[in-house]
Amino acid sequence: MTIKDIKEILGGKLIVGEEWSDREVHTACGADMMSDVLAFMKDQSVLLTGLCNLQVIRTAEMMDVVCIVFVRGKMPDETMIQVAKEREIALITTGHRMFSACGMLYEKGLRGGATYK
Amino acid sequence: MNDKITMHYQVPADDFTRAGEASSSVKSKLKMMGVKPEIIRKVAIAMYEGEINMVIHASGGTIDVTVSQEEITIVLKDQGPGIEDIDQAMRAGFSTAPDNIRALGFGAGMGLPNMKKYTDELIIDSEIGKGTTVTMKVKLPTD
Repeated sequence: MTIKDIKEILGGKLIVGEEWSDREVHTACGADMMSDVLAFMKDQSVLLTGLCNLQVIRTAEMMDVVCIVFVRGKMPDETMIQVAKEREIALITTGHRMFSACGMLYEKGLRGGATYK
Repeated sequence: MNDKITMHYQVPADDFTRAGEASSSVKSKLKMMGVKPEIIRKVAIAMYEGEINMVIHASGGTIDVTVSQEEITIVLKDQGPGIEDIDQAMRAGFSTAPDNIRALGFGAGMGLPNMKKYTDELIIDSEIGKGTTVTMKVKLPTD
C-alpha cells in the first residue's frame, strides 16, 4: 500500500508529501501514547494518531515512520509541517475517528506488527 | 575511523516543544557517518526517550554522545530530583509524569524500559536531590 492509497482509502487530505506519495507502507500502528509507538513500531510504518503536537513528528522521525495520519480532522501547525517536510514524513488528515480509520486500512490489507508477547 | 567522535548537547528546561532536537541532530550525524540504519534507530529512540525524561522530570540537562569503532555511548546528565526507586522506574507502565505530560503523549511508563530494550548496556546512577546520570551503550557491528 502506498501513501497515496492511504489518503484515498481514508478520504483524507495530504498536507505534506505529494512528491513522495508513491512510497510503500508495510505496517500500521494506531496510538496516542508516543512511548507505545517507540516500543512497538515496525519499519516503514504509517502512524495513526489523535495526538497533534511536534512530538508526534519527532517520534515518527526516530522510528523512520513514512507517514502520519491525524484522525478526527486534526490539523498540524506550521512548525510540525516544516519539520515533517525536512524529514520527509508525509502528513495526512482525515475526518474519520481512530477506530474507523484503522479498520478501513485493515480492510484493504494493511496489518499491524507482530503480537506483543 | 580510529578517533572517537564526540557530540555535546544542552537540553533546555521546561521547553517540551524543543525536546528531541538533540536526538534528531545525532540521528542525522550518524546517518552522515554511514552508521547502519538499525543501529541509528536504536540510538535515536533510546536517546529521545532519555531527552524527553530530562525535560519532564529534571529541568533539562546535558547529553554527550561518543562514537568509537566499537560502540556508541550516550551519557545523559541532569541535576533533577533523582529517581527514588530505580527498579520501580524500570517497570513497564510505571510513571510519575504529571497529567499535562500525558496529554502530550508521554508518561506511559515506557521510557526507561524502551531505553533498556534498545541498548546493549544501561546504567542509571541517581541520587535524590542531586540528579541522575544515565549511561547507555549500543555496540557497533565489527564487520
